[in-house]
Amino acid sequence: MSDVKHDLSSAAKPGAGQGVGARLLRKEDDRFMRGRGQYVADIRLPDLRDVAFVRSPLAHARIRAIHVPERYRDVVFTAADLAGVTPIRAVSGLPGFKISEQPVLATGKVRHVGELVAMCVAATRAEAEDIAASVTLDLEPLPAVHDMRKARDAGAALVHEHWGDNVFLESVFEVDITPALDAPIKVTREISTARQCMSPLEGRGVVATFDRRLDQLTLYTGAQMPHIVRNGLSDCLGIEQARIRIVSPDIGGGFGHKGILLPEEVCLGWLAMRQGLNLRWIEDRREHLNASANCREHDYRITVYADRDGRLRGIDCDAIVDSGAYSSYPFSACLEAAQVASILPGPYRMPAYRCRTFSVATNKCPILPYRGVARTGVCFALEIMLDAVAAAAGIEPFEVRLRNLIEPGQMPFDNITRKHFDSGDYPQAVHRAIDAIDVAAVRARQRGKEPDGRLIGLGLSVYCEQAAHGTSVYAGWGIPMVPGHEQATARLTPDGGLEIRVGVHSHGQGLETTLAQVAHEILGIDTAKVRVVHGDTAMTPYSTGTWGSRSMVMAGGAVGTACEQIAERAKRIGAKLLQLDPAAVSLRDGRVCGPHSSIGLSEIAHTWYRRPQDLPPDVDPAGLESIGGYKPQRDSGTFSYAVHAVTVAVDPDLGDVELLDYVIVEDGGVLVNPMIVDGQIYGGLAQGIGTALYEEMPFDSAGQPLATTLADYLLPGPTEVPEPRLDHMETPSPYTMFGVKGIGEGGAIAPPAAITNAVNDALRPLGVELLHSPISPRRIVEAVLAAGEAERPAA
Amino acid sequence: MKAAPFLYQRPVDMNAALALMAEAKGATKLLAGGQSLGPMLNLRLVQPDLIIDISGLAELKQVKRSGGELVIGACITHGDIEDGRIPDVTRGAMQRVAGAIAYRAVRNRGTIGGSLSHADPAADWVSALPALGARIRLRSLAGMRELAIEDFVTGALESVLHPAEIVEAICVPVMRPSARWGYVKACRKPGEFAHAIAAVLVDPEAATARVAIGAIEAAPVVLRDAASLFGGRINGDFKRQFDARVADALLTKAGITNAADRHIHVAVLRRAIDEAAA
Repeated sequence: MSDVKHDLSSAAKPGAGQGVGARLLRKEDDRFMRGRGQYVADIRLPDLRDVAFVRSPLAHARIRAIHVPERYRDVVFTAADLAGVTPIRAVSGLPGFKISEQPVLATGKVRHVGELVAMCVAATRAEAEDIAASVTLDLEPLPAVHDMRKARDAGAALVHEHWGDNVFLESVFEVDITPALDAPIKVTREISTARQCMSPLEGRGVVATFDRRLDQLTLYTGAQMPHIVRNGLSDCLGIEQARIRIVSPDIGGGFGHKGILLPEEVCLGWLAMRQGLNLRWIEDRREHLNASANCREHDYRITVYADRDGRLRGIDCDAIVDSGAYSSYPFSACLEAAQVASILPGPYRMPAYRCRTFSVATNKCPILPYRGVARTGVCFALEIMLDAVAAAAGIEPFEVRLRNLIEPGQMPFDNITRKHFDSGDYPQAVHRAIDAIDVAAVRARQRGKEPDGRLIGLGLSVYCEQAAHGTSVYAGWGIPMVPGHEQATARLTPDGGLEIRVGVHSHGQGLETTLAQVAHEILGIDTAKVRVVHGDTAMTPYSTGTWGSRSMVMAGGAVGTACEQIAERAKRIGAKLLQLDPAAVSLRDGRVCGPHSSIGLSEIAHTWYRRPQDLPPDVDPAGLESIGGYKPQRDSGTFSYAVHAVTVAVDPDLGDVELLDYVIVEDGGVLVNPMIVDGQIYGGLAQGIGTALYEEMPFDSAGQPLATTLADYLLPGPTEVPEPRLDHMETPSPYTMFGVKGIGEGGAIAPPAAITNAVNDALRPLGVELLHSPISPRRIVEAVLAAGEAERPAA
Repeated sequence: MKAAPFLYQRPVDMNAALALMAEAKGATKLLAGGQSLGPMLNLRLVQPDLIIDISGLAELKQVKRSGGELVIGACITHGDIEDGRIPDVTRGAMQRVAGAIAYRAVRNRGTIGGSLSHADPAADWVSALPALGARIRLRSLAGMRELAIEDFVTGALESVLHPAEIVEAICVPVMRPSARWGYVKACRKPGEFAHAIAAVLVDPEAATARVAIGAIEAAPVVLRDAASLFGGRINGDFKRQFDARVADALLTKAGITNAADRHIHVAVLRRAIDEAAA
């Protein structure tokens, strides 16, 4: 390591120039704000042909025959054509995991509505859809497994017959629960979160082309994890990795949906190689809603034990995750449920714990990890339960949190599921939040009567977000993707600029800016002269990519390490040019400085590349390009956290909820760019509000998805998302470069719990407690009516 | 998704349009603002052989006062009404309804005649116009007929419109000075289709009341004489006389089995009545 020190106190200085902590405008916004971003659908290749897919209209059926009109035989492809293509397999190493094989085009059976059955190619998408409409399917309908609660019943239809049941994986995490059983407070609830669709502005899309000279398939695809797509594609197509190049251009929102290997990617890759065609498939919104991007559907039967003062004695939980029909690549069908069992206790202390989880196969499209992954459901279940404990104990909900949260003096802390909390002051965050939302004022308002008859409620929720967890965590889950050291390449260019190449992908996180800030922090180069290259397997080092709120920690560390190496080499060359001993120089503000003289990095670069004749013969030949590798000192993850507090007004007759005030106190460690962090929180909050109040993908008993357009699948918009009041704490992580922590997902985790707790607080006088998201007008009114407090029909 | 292939014609006048419709073989759809038809074409929910674009027909953009009513051409947009570009005989009621239809982009193109032809139960005009006592004029080569809006819309996306017939105009009666208007809808989000609508026109002087309860997945429940909701007769005290049980029974009879749904509809109706009484 070099003499560049990661002094946390100096790094954390707010707004310091362009380095770590600066509220720098995003470099990438220039092209985005001018409409000059380039997305997959913007890519034009000569003679580009469009692909439309024939998709299964049924949730579960045996394929008797696929009839393709004679005139379309050459442009329609089914599973029978895909010689040499193997199914997508995402196997978990967890004991007992059952393997699903996801054929890229359906084989034998269809297992969810929207499953790909045939690929149709034409000059335009409309014509390709005409061809798709001419293909007829002879399907023998089978009973659909549509309800995860019934999927384990005896006699249930089987999604994968050879399993003998519908369970991908059952797991148990237990720390003897019996000492909790005599607790004076015992509350039990059934809580669930609806199935959702991730709904980024841009759906998925693939453009495929084959280069005969390079003997290489290039796939343009909106991918958060381009190198992982290459792994999966190489496996499925059975070709060497070097014959595949994945280019991931600008992405209009990832959220996990763009971390998944798609059967569409395999299909287009196969056909582009086989026929040398340039092909395009752009997902439309109906495909997105009904055939992809499903997430979130959890079911909890949970009991919390506590002492009379609200101190937790233990939690006992059975949780089910509706994993859908297949294990998606690379995260697998059981990441979500495995997470539930390990993160349910959250940042709370308790002596006893038991959680049994089931990842259940159903005739729905595969569940994918959406921003926050299992944390949103877990936070929803646990934080609703803590409010129930507060009600049973007769104390304020925030008191329950304060009595059970990890204390700052206990950090670092290993909780009951052996999660290693690196740092933080959770009670302080609660205090700041309840001060900001002004609990006393809300309680006083509640004692009065609102002129419009609405009821006021206050809710809060606490979450922690394990981020950038690495080898030690993922090796245990044994999924196809285990992150190791993260690498970045830094190259000082002949004109004194800096090129950085990373295998992660930036799609809203602002990494083109924040990684430049890291480079500036170390090398002092103006961020305007720092270019961050990402999204191309041919140009970047291998990486598992952008997921799990890991990129700032991991790629930031790798860029920092690479820049330190460049700094060392530049100092050695600079010292030679200054005719000084390397020990006598230091790097300051982009210049190598001796006691009385200095030389700029751009001059050093110019000399190295353009005037090597000026270099002494014994110069270090390593040059000014370097690959840096990085892992935090511990790779068990950073723990950022936040407290969300919200005041709502609820109309008990219409079931409408208005968010009156929203406070977020957030601790993401040292913030590289606080403005970008604010943006991440705003976006996450919007999605969390969607989970809380609007988003739901219902299915009927035949397994048909019922929300087929955005008229039925409601997303929050500007009028539904209030501007939250943000407050930052910055407790450094002791394990990472600069003390940074991952924060990308947090905003989406806490809102459903906070908002539901607030609505329950408002409706508690009516005897109402809502336990199922989204808390739609109908669910609220049904609960009000069921509570028997409402008057006759028109209360 | 992209629309299935279709033929497209843009006639220059009403007679040409009617002739095209009379001659057409196979399925024909009229295109006015396209705000409902466009998405349905792209989703391939409708796959007409022929689309006749009537948005250029001057005859359908006329508005004129005729006796006790205002005759509004079918291709007048919601935005025309919202912005006051056409006269008003409803003391601002239609302007307020128009201004709350979907989003401005939809109001710029969507037409009053198109909305009624489409007959989406959650659409605003389908409930508001029956309460205002409006009538609809339909024309074909065989001639013209006129009927009450509530007789025109017969169900969800269903009307009595014949295949060769075109909605020509909407006739809205002049609202009496003593009449009181209330219009309330419940939407998950501003601009979304409503899940409950109530339109109320009460005239205590004339002792009359018209009420429409809409967005019920069928044609709206229209009471031309709504006295039963107010204890049998209409007077200045109608707000207090409102009997929610009668409304609830009407909704049950209309097939709404979910009690929470009925509760929301009745609450919306009560608020429309409150607005009329305010």
